[in-house]
Amino acid sequence: MGKGVKKPFTEVIKANIGDAHAMGQRPITFFRQVLALCSYPELLEDNKFPEDAKKRARRILDACGGHSIGAYSASQGIECIRQDVACYIERRDGGIPSNPDNIYLSTGASDAIVTILKLLVCGEGRDRTGVMISIPQYPLYSAALADLGAVQISYYLDEDNCWSLNSAELGRALNEAKQRCKPRVLCIINPGNPTGQVQSRQCIEDVIRFAKEEHLFLMADEVYQDNVYAEGCKFHSFKKVLFEMGPEYSSTVEMASFHSTSKCYMGECGFRGGYMEVINMDPEVKAQLTKLVSVRLCPPVPGQALLDLVVNPPQPNEPSYTSFMKERTAVLAALAEKARLTEEIFNTVPGITCNPVQGAMYTFPRITLPQKAIDKAKADGVVPDMFYCMKLLEEEGICLVPGSGFGQREGTFHFRMTILPPTEKLKVVLQKIRDFHSRFTSEFS
Amino acid sequence: MSVLQEISSNVRNMKQLENSVLARRTTQIKEELRQGVRKSYKEVIDVSWGDPHKAGVKPLSFVRQVLAACLYPQLMDGDKLLVDVRQRAQRLLKACTGGSVGSYSATAGIPEIVQRVSEFIMRRDGGVPSHPENIYICPGSQWALTNILTVLVNPKASPRTGVLTPVPCHSTTVLSLTMLGAVVVPYYLREESGWALEVEELQRALDSAKGVCNPLALYVINPGNPAGYVQSRKSVQEVIQFAAEKRLFLLADEVYQECVYGEKTEFVSYKRALAEMGPPLSDRVELASFHTASKSLMGDLFSTNACAPVLGQIALDVMMNPPQPGDPSYHLYVKETQHIRTSVAENVKRVDEVINSLPGFSCQLVEGGAFAFPRLFLPPKATKRAEEAGMPPDTFYCLRLLEEAGVLLSPGTDYGQKEGTYHIRFCIMTSLDIMEELLRRLSIFHKRFMKEFS
Repeated sequence: MGKGVKKPFTEVIKANIGDAHAMGQRPITFFRQVLALCSYPELLEDNKFPEDAKKRARRILDACGGHSIGAYSASQGIECIRQDVACYIERRDGGIPSNPDNIYLSTGASDAIVTILKLLVCGEGRDRTGVMISIPQYPLYSAALADLGAVQISYYLDEDNCWSLNSAELGRALNEAKQRCKPRVLCIINPGNPTGQVQSRQCIEDVIRFAKEEHLFLMADEVYQDNVYAEGCKFHSFKKVLFEMGPEYSSTVEMASFHSTSKCYMGECGFRGGYMEVINMDPEVKAQLTKLVSVRLCPPVPGQALLDLVVNPPQPNEPSYTSFMKERTAVLAALAEKARLTEEIFNTVPGITCNPVQGAMYTFPRITLPQKAIDKAKADGVVPDMFYCMKLLEEEGICLVPGSGFGQREGTFHFRMTILPPTEKLKVVLQKIRDFHSRFTSEFS
Repeated sequence: MSVLQEISSNVRNMKQLENSVLARRTTQIKEELRQGVRKSYKEVIDVSWGDPHKAGVKPLSFVRQVLAACLYPQLMDGDKLLVDVRQRAQRLLKACTGGSVGSYSATAGIPEIVQRVSEFIMRRDGGVPSHPENIYICPGSQWALTNILTVLVNPKASPRTGVLTPVPCHSTTVLSLTMLGAVVVPYYLREESGWALEVEELQRALDSAKGVCNPLALYVINPGNPAGYVQSRKSVQEVIQFAAEKRLFLLADEVYQECVYGEKTEFVSYKRALAEMGPPLSDRVELASFHTASKSLMGDLFSTNACAPVLGQIALDVMMNPPQPGDPSYHLYVKETQHIRTSVAENVKRVDEVINSLPGFSCQLVEGGAFAFPRLFLPPKATKRAEEAGMPPDTFYCLRLLEEAGVLLSPGTDYGQKEGTYHIRFCIMTSLDIMEELLRRLSIFHKRFMKEFS
């Protein structure tokens, strides 16, 4: 298109990556003000910046070497920020204590997830560590497992029940895997990516029970914890549920929970901010973890600073509170509306079935493909849902990700679309996909 | 609960650095000072990292103004920021997806910035071509190095992959190699000859690897860390020749290329030397070179996965393309960078004068890099006391220095050194007064220590 080639569309709409700012979502003003103050402290003299922003900037700079965000921090992360994260977790979880020493700041959640896997993957042959991951899954997990030579144990989420997780399926996957590896880790993404489901409290308890019975280390990827839209759905942190199940569980089950600044209402992917909290880790193992994180020196300090603001936002008595809340609410409300719209429109299309987008930033509808299309794809040497997505891109300029990228039950096909484009554009995208799908179905009938 | 046996053996094999003991004690001391415990010092001087800002060097105004403008574009309304700052910020924001530094960038880096890095490299190397598709922007050079090593090192190979590594060498590289399951094959730099890298020693190291591992790569640090040497052009060529003959992948860690001090000292990049040696070598030798914004005069460690942190990429862009004569920000930029250069040159001189005047110390002249790595000649009574305390003698010295003088630096044990020798490493990219105070405290402590154990 840049070279003037004519296409049946005027722009490519990228609904493939969970990058909110790329799709026009505005950053939160307060956060950017504090970060600008941290970057160029001379601005602390500028009366255009509110006092609460300056207060936070000064506090962050005081905690930095040489009062500069350009200095290395301790590898585990700036101490006062870890303390703030611990306080945030305590408030979120209704007072259940969080120890700053168990908090490790990281370069996005991905860095922390890979670090824990690096730590836990060991053994040879049939004793090699097995890691349970959901299908469909966020491909970071399968890539990391392949890179580390760990054994992937896939458990299927139940599409007919809104992508919920059930213990029977966990049991099936585990028992099958015991013959070829030593299962040690169970990963769960809640709210889910790509599926968008928000697990019920009961489900979370079941998973914890399962982890205890089978001596599994739980990895709870909770980066979308603020992205919950559907009525009746609520985010329950794994840690909170664990502790509410009593000491039999809360003092034995090992767990790491992950969070990030890339998602929720901030969407600041480029900052690479994040953290993990480790629970019930053997002190000697924790010492190894601390040693391991020191190799990559430290997480980006601007990302740490941003995380500090996320866990320590303006309070009701502060000057920036009203505008902050307005921006935050607007972003989340827009996402909720787009989630609802997406489900509604897709479910009007014969051949597309869409589970409610309860949370996160994606929809993962199931598409029925005519046999002729499947045959054509195979003849072309391409997976059928990739064939579908390529055609959609060529004909409509819409970029999605085929379900095969995330894993799906044999014989089913899906695509993942983000709900991030601005509402008006999203409506256009949904209509175009609807029209494309019926054209595609006719063409290959 | 997971126990130690159920942890990756590669992780368990990673050496626990002596530095961590010192760092823990430093945290305690800082707390004690905060609570008003009386000591002979009011604050701890931390020169254990290659971190100029921590050691009192000020950030460069232009860089920080551009970053602030990129973070909060409303700053560009009005005339508060100079026009070249605004232009640069606008240009960079346009190169960011969605016009925001909060978006993911392309995995190898923002294309426009990658292009400018490539142009920088070409200018640096006197016109030797550089291709953007061979450039990957990473969250810091250690990350880049680990990525290359992940590709080169096959953890399942038998015999295991070996990497020739200098002694002394900064600790993170050695830890990364261990973490990846590679074998470190040490080659010793000759301290008495200004830490010279000798081909005979490379050969000896390679021979020692027979039957132990399969050496695939040769890792060089130039300018050095912790030892502050800068390789001559001849030395660089010899290393390239050796790598070609022995079919080794060359890993050239050149993060300190902006930090060169001697008047006669010149940094020659491995890439340039290789290109100038011409075919067939220039067509055959595989080379990866590493650079960073952390160690330039900017000193900004935006420790740059999905993608390198966007702010780090922006800092890199400024480093590659600083203000030019005629730009409004040029004068201040030159003033600030000159000040840093002069201070560090002065620090190098002071270190040489002071340390070499103290009995029990001998320090090679620092030609480049961020550190001094003086040799410590410890009296037998001191080494004995260290043994009784269950720690290496240089750690013992460093712990005492920390307790009594409030100075945190690193023991040579963390970097490797010839058996029976001891060293300390400290950062020389500090403000002038911090260096003076550091040298003052070190001198007083050292004389007392040597007397105590004589």
